[in-house]
This record gives sequence, structure tokens and C-alpha cells, in this order.
Amino acid sequence: MSTAKTNEILLQADKLTRRFGGLVANRDVSVTIERGMIHVLLGPNGAGKSTCINMLSGDLPPSEGTIRFMGNDITGLTAAQRSKVGIGRSYQRTNIFPQFTVLENVRLAAQSRNQQPWRIFSKAMAQQWALDKARACIAEAGLDKRTDWVAGVLSHGEQRQLEIAMVLATDAQVLLLDEPLAGMGSEESAKMVDLLKRLRATRGILLVEHDMDAVFAVADVITVMVNGEMLECGPPAQIKASVAVQQAYLGTEDSLHV
Amino acid sequence: MNPQASLILKLAAFVALACVPLTGESFYVEMIAKMLVMAIFAMSLDLLVGFTGLVSLGHAAYFGIAAYAAALLSPKYEAANLWVVFPAAVGLSALAAFVIGLFVLRTKGIYFIMVTLAFAQMAYFVFHDTPVGGGSDGIYLNVKPSAAIGGWEPFDLSNADHQYYFILAILLLVYLFLWRVLQSPFGRVLVGIKSNEHRMQSMGYFTFRYKLGAFTLAGALGGVAGFLYAVLFGFVTPELLSWHESGNVLLMVILGGMGNLVGAVVGAFAFEGMRGVFEGWTSHWQLLMGGVIVAVVLFLPGGLSSLPGRLRRALQGDEAK
Repeated sequence: MSTAKTNEILLQADKLTRRFGGLVANRDVSVTIERGMIHVLLGPNGAGKSTCINMLSGDLPPSEGTIRFMGNDITGLTAAQRSKVGIGRSYQRTNIFPQFTVLENVRLAAQSRNQQPWRIFSKAMAQQWALDKARACIAEAGLDKRTDWVAGVLSHGEQRQLEIAMVLATDAQVLLLDEPLAGMGSEESAKMVDLLKRLRATRGILLVEHDMDAVFAVADVITVMVNGEMLECGPPAQIKASVAVQQAYLGTEDSLHV
Repeated sequence: MNPQASLILKLAAFVALACVPLTGESFYVEMIAKMLVMAIFAMSLDLLVGFTGLVSLGHAAYFGIAAYAAALLSPKYEAANLWVVFPAAVGLSALAAFVIGLFVLRTKGIYFIMVTLAFAQMAYFVFHDTPVGGGSDGIYLNVKPSAAIGGWEPFDLSNADHQYYFILAILLLVYLFLWRVLQSPFGRVLVGIKSNEHRMQSMGYFTFRYKLGAFTLAGALGGVAGFLYAVLFGFVTPELLSWHESGNVLLMVILGGMGNLVGAVVGAFAFEGMRGVFEGWTSHWQLLMGGVIVAVVLFLPGGLSSLPGRLRRALQGDEAK
């Protein structure tokens, strides 16, 4: 599988530590995201997965450690600045503009790449490039039948697809996706897994996910976290075979459903 | 409401407003002129409250600063040049809003409300407790500014009708300006910030800058209203900057329907109109006003401007039966 080839390293986090007062939410967590690969963060609740993704996206500054994007140190950048360099994220709880149409949600994301805030007299809807980009990303996320719908009335799964479309419209090279399958039915899940596989070809993806079937269906690399620390990192086969992982998280062989 | 009916209604309202001076009743001309000024003020606040999601409880500061600037920048017994003093007054309000915005926009929610109030109270006490603007007695604008350009005078603000049409024209310009701004990429970002600021940031928007832009713009337009107020009444007091005024203009926006420019105008007219009526009945007019506002908030969440649409839907519902 993809473990043999060497890919372009997009995002490299080195020994990230995050403390909240006396609590260490992440200790020495290192994550590498390569183009063409899906890296899954796995772990029980409270393992520190969300803290980790928040540090990568810039929502939370790390207490220690460095983050590099395509070789440049981005540890000190804010979330907005990281979005500008090419890191996009979706959230665990759906985070869209529910009153806007699907098109406007994604158009706003596209507009962020060329903001021109001083042009207060030009019409936003006359910026054809942003509209074209938005439509293309909506299609890529498989939502083209819902383009003119108000986002708030979409099904849960469609709203997750919309979030992906918004991230794509920001030209993100690295996608940080926090539980994109949460709360989805099996049919919606399967669609999303297909979408993730398609997106992987040209981008690097970090996935936080609980759904075991989906994890082993898409993961190229899995990092298992327990109590804020990395327990094991490697290809799915290695994780499945790992005794430490089984003891700490997966339980018995039966509960793997494989 | 469909766009055509809405446009016809707006045009009809504008024509009606343009006919007010034809009645020759100077009392009503001045009363409606004040409503027009408050409507401009309410629209400026709606840019913050209704479109950007920033609830400011200190918007009277920018109104008052421009009003004082109008009085202080005018010579005592001569007419100032309108084309100098008007932009200067508005510019001072914009500058004040920019500087205050740098501080208050670092806060959110209830803190934002309190900090905007605090800055406005500071401005209030500057004029109330120092001799800059005549202290608590206020200051007169004895001679209205002259609109003369070279030797040509397009209109004369000391003529009540000319003054009325000047204010009406400014109202129309401010409305068209904001309407256009809200369709721009800048305006769409403001509405996005109101809906979900965190998401805007994670998409790469430096939302602070946009909010500062909106705050400055709203302060400038509030200054436009304040300047016109000073010209209209020729008298400026610290009460113009008081938190009562900030509260009143917020109530106008809520009354008319937030996030709707016409709503702000309707709210200003309704508020001033009701105040006039209730003041004639009782000195406790605020009690009645409070009751009306509670009723509107409870039964008309979209404000008074949502009334035509509701009526139409109700009527259509009847027809369908």
C-alpha cells in the first residue's frame, strides 16, 4: 500500500505539548501529514485528539513544540493566517452559516482567497471567479443538487459535505477533519468515505474519527492516542496487530469488526 | 414581499415624505425632519447590530461628537461653509469610532455592550463636565452653515423647506450607500461575521479588521445624523451623547426589525411618532413606549417592517381556504 512510497510532507508537528493549568492534554505529540495520504487520529474520549487538531489549526496555541507547513514554521500563526497558507479544517460539531444558501456558504469561503475588503461598492455576486470556484467545490463534495438550498435545512450528512466543500473552496492543501462521519447513517458514511478517498489524491488529510470500519477503510497511517500521549503510530495492519493498542483501546479482537 | 411590491411601497413612502413641506405646516415639517435624522442614525446603528451582530450601547457618542463639531467649528455669528464643516464633523465621528473601535472590538457579547457604553459615557462627561462645549448647558449653533460654492448658492439651510429636502436627500444617499455596501464582498463578510464569526476566522478572514471597518463606517454615518440634528435645532447639549439616546436608537432598530435598512427607518418614525403622541397624553410616556416595545418583541419578532409580509401571508392563507 501507500506506506512504501515517499510522499511530499505538507504538515509536520513536532513534540506538541499543551497544558491547561496542571492538566497535560497533549504531551510530546508528533504528527506528519503527507500529500496523498490520510492520517487518522484514533483514541478514546479524552485522549487529546481535539486538543491536537486545535493546535494544528491554530485554534489553540501549543505550550511547547513546533508546527511546520511545507518547511515553514507556522507555530505562531493564528487560525486565519493558517487558513491563508493552506490549512483548512472542519469541526466536530457542524459549523456552517445556517441562514445562507449552500452557494453563499461556499462562495464566502472562496472569497476569502482574494478578499479586497476596500471594494465596498462592487457587487459580491459579480465576482464570477468566486462563484465558479464555489460551484466547482460544491460539485466536488457531491452537493450540486443542493446548491440553492438554505444550508440550515440540509440533512446532517449533507451539512458535513457542505463543510468539506467550504474547506475545499479555501484551496486547502491540508484538510483537518474532526469527525466528519459523526452522526451519519451508513449510506451517508459510505459516500463520505468515497469522497475522502477522492480528496486524498491531491491533498493531505488528517482525520479524527471513531467509526472503526471507516477508519480502517481509508487510513494510510493511524496514530493512536491515550491520555494525551501517542501510544502507537503506523499503518493500519501494524495498529491492528499491536498488543498495546488492543489493551489500551480496542479491547478484544472481536470488537474490531474485522 | 415580492421585490416589485416592496419597491413600489418604498417609492410611495419616499414621495409622501417629499410632499410633507407642501402642507406648509412648519411644525410638522420640523417634526418629520427630526424623524428623518433619527432614521439615518438608526440605519447607521443597524449596520452594526443588524448586519454585523455587534450590539453597541454607545452609538450616541458618534452622533453627539459630530453635533458638537458642527457647533464648535462654526464661527459664532457667521455661517460656516457646509462643505467644510459637514465632512469635518463626520470625519471626527469616524475618527472617534475608529479609535474606540480599536479597544472595544477586542471584547465580545455582554462585554462589548458594556465597553461601548463606558466609552460613550466618557464622551458624555467630557462635554458635560468640561467647558469645551459649554458644559451641561450645551452650546448654540447660531447661524446655519452656508451651502454656497463660490458665488453660487444651490440651497439655503435657513429656509426650513430647503433644509428638509437636504435632510431627505441625505437619508436617501445613506440608504443607497448602505444598500450597496451590503451587497459588496465587504458587506457579505459582515453578515458572515454576524452568523458565525469563528467560522469566518477559520476560513482566513481577519474579522477584527472588518468589524473595525464596520464600526468606523457606522460611527461616520451616526455623525452624519448628529451633524444634521445640530443644524436642524441649532442647539447641542451633552444629553445627545447620553446612554438614553444610545438606548433609544437601539430600540428604534429593534422596533423596526434588525438587519433591515427600511426597518431602521420605520422604527425611527414609529418611535418618534409614538413618543410625540404619548408625551401628549402623559408625562410617563416611557411606560407606554416600553409596553409597545415589549409587545412588538413578543408578537412581531421581525419588527414592524415584517408587518406587510405577515399581512400578505395571512390574507393569502385566507384565500387558500
